Amino acid sequence: MSEKRIVLRNCGIIDPERITTYLDRNGFKALEKAFSELTCEQVIEEIKASGLRGRGGAGFPCGLKWDLSRNAQGDEKYVICNADEGEVGTFKDRYILEGDPFTLVEAMAIAGYAIGAKRGYIYLRTEYHYLLGLLKNAINQAKEKGFLEHFDIDTREGAGAYICGEESALMDSIEGKRGEVRYRPPFPPSRGLWGKPTIINNVETLMNIPQIIVNGAHWFSKLGTEQSKGTKVFSVSGDVKSPGVYELVLGSQLKELVEDLALAKNVKMVQVGGATGRIIPHEMMDTPLTFETILGAGAITVFDESRDVIDIVCRTMEFLAEECCGKCIPGRQGTEAMVEILKRFSRGEGRQKDIRVLEELSSAMMLSSLCGLGQAAPNPVIDSLQHFRSDYDNRIRESEGG
Amino acid sequence: MGKSKENLLILLQEAQNKSGYLSQELMVELAKSLNVSLSDVYGVATFYSFLSAKPQARNVIRICKSVPCYLKNSQMIIETVGNKIGIKPGETTPDDKFSFQLTNCIGACDKAPAMMINHEVYGDLNPNKIAKILKSYL
Repeated sequence: MSEKRIVLRNCGIIDPERITTYLDRNGFKALEKAFSELTCEQVIEEIKASGLRGRGGAGFPCGLKWDLSRNAQGDEKYVICNADEGEVGTFKDRYILEGDPFTLVEAMAIAGYAIGAKRGYIYLRTEYHYLLGLLKNAINQAKEKGFLEHFDIDTREGAGAYICGEESALMDSIEGKRGEVRYRPPFPPSRGLWGKPTIINNVETLMNIPQIIVNGAHWFSKLGTEQSKGTKVFSVSGDVKSPGVYELVLGSQLKELVEDLALAKNVKMVQVGGATGRIIPHEMMDTPLTFETILGAGAITVFDESRDVIDIVCRTMEFLAEECCGKCIPGRQGTEAMVEILKRFSRGEGRQKDIRVLEELSSAMMLSSLCGLGQAAPNPVIDSLQHFRSDYDNRIRESEGG
Repeated sequence: MGKSKENLLILLQEAQNKSGYLSQELMVELAKSLNVSLSDVYGVATFYSFLSAKPQARNVIRICKSVPCYLKNSQMIIETVGNKIGIKPGETTPDDKFSFQLTNCIGACDKAPAMMINHEVYGDLNPNKIAKILKSYL
C-alpha cells in the first residue's frame, strides 16, 4: 500500500512562511464554507459523521468532544492545540508544523466557530522553540488577511515536561503552574482552562478538519476501517533504513509501514505508541494499525534481532519514572519500583518472584493511576513478558546459575 | 507581561532566557510581586527541565538519551561531547562556556543521534560533526 496524503497534503508543497502559497491550494476555503454555509451545529455534525477520532493517542471522538463543549455553559470557551509532542519516538507534529502551519490555524478558527470560542492557544513544547516564529508568522498572516476576525490565537511555550502533553497537565501549565495531572471529572469540555469549557485537540486531529469541511464527512468516512476513519501520520525510527514521517490509511498493516516503506530488515519487535505503547513481536507484523488494535500517537520504534528486550523495557521505564508528575502514588512509586526490578534483570540479578511482582504491580498501576502515564506505563512490561518471556526466564537462569 | 500569578511560568521562562538561571533573589522577588508563596515559585521553577535553579553556562548542551537515539549509539555522542569539553553530564565547564545535560526525547528521532545546544537541534551526529559544532560555539 502506498501513502495517502490528507494531513500532509501541503507539506513540502507550500511555502510555510507565505500564506499566498496556502491560498493557492484552496487555503481557508473550509473556514469560508463554515461561515457562509454551515451553522455551528452543522459543523459539529459533519465532524461527528466523519468518524474523526483524536490523533494524540486516546482516540476520543472529535465531534463528540466539540459537541460537549458547545453545549457546556460558560461565558468564555477555549480551543487548545496540543503541540507538546513529547512521546518517545514521535516527531510527526514537528514535521506538520514545519511544513504547513496554516492548515492548523484554519482548523482552530473552525473549531472556535463550532464551539463558540473566541480564543485559542497553541501549546508548543520548548524543544520545538525553533518553530515558534513560523507559527506566529502564520497566525499574523491569517490575521492580516482577515481570517481571524472572530478568533484570536496565542502561543504558549512549554518548559520541558513530557507530562504536559497530558491534557489536564497541559492546562495547568498554561495557567502558570506545575504541570500536574488533574482529578476528573470534571472533564475539559465542561470545565477546562481557567475552569471554562475547553477543547484540546492534537495537531494532527485538527489538520484533518478543513479537508472534512470542504470534502464532506462521507468522503472522509470512506477511508479506513469501521472504528478508525481517515489516515494516520506515523513517525518511524530505530533500526530502519528510511526513518521518517509516513501517512497511511488506517487499517494498513504494520509490516507495510515498517518493512515496505521504512525498509526495516531482521525485525525482532516494534514498539507502537512510544514509551507507553505496545510491543509487537515480529510474528505479529501483519497487525493492522487501527484504534481497535494498536496505534497510540503513531510512534513506531523498530528493533532488530541484535537488541536486548529487557534493556529496552528498562530504559523505557526509566523514562516514565523520570517524567511522571508525581501526583499519584501508583504513577510515582509504581514506575520507580519497576525500574528497580528491571535494573536487577539488566544486571543479571533477576529472580523468579520478580516476575510475579511485576505482574501484580502492573495491574495495580493500570487500575489506580490518575492518568494515562501510570495506567499505560506497565504496557512494555506486560507485552515483553507475554511475547519474550524466555528472555526473562533465561536471565533468571543465568543469575541463579551464576 | 502583567503581574498576575497565571504569568508565573512565563515570567520564569523570561528570567531563565535572560539570566541563564533562576536565582533565589529573583524567586523571592517574584513570589512577593505575584503575591504567591515562595514554595509555589520554587515548585514551578524545579518542575520543568528547561528551567534551572542553579547557575548554567551560556551554552547548554542537551543530548537525547531516549530509546530511538540510544539505538543509534547516543552513548558514543555522550562520550565524545564529554571528552571534548572535559566534563560529565550535569556539570558546567570552569570557563562557563558549556553546561552539559542528558535529556529525554527531543522529537528528532528521524535524525538520531541528536542533541540540542540552547534552542538549536543537531542531528545525524558523529564525532567529526560534533567537533565542528562545538567549535562554532567557542
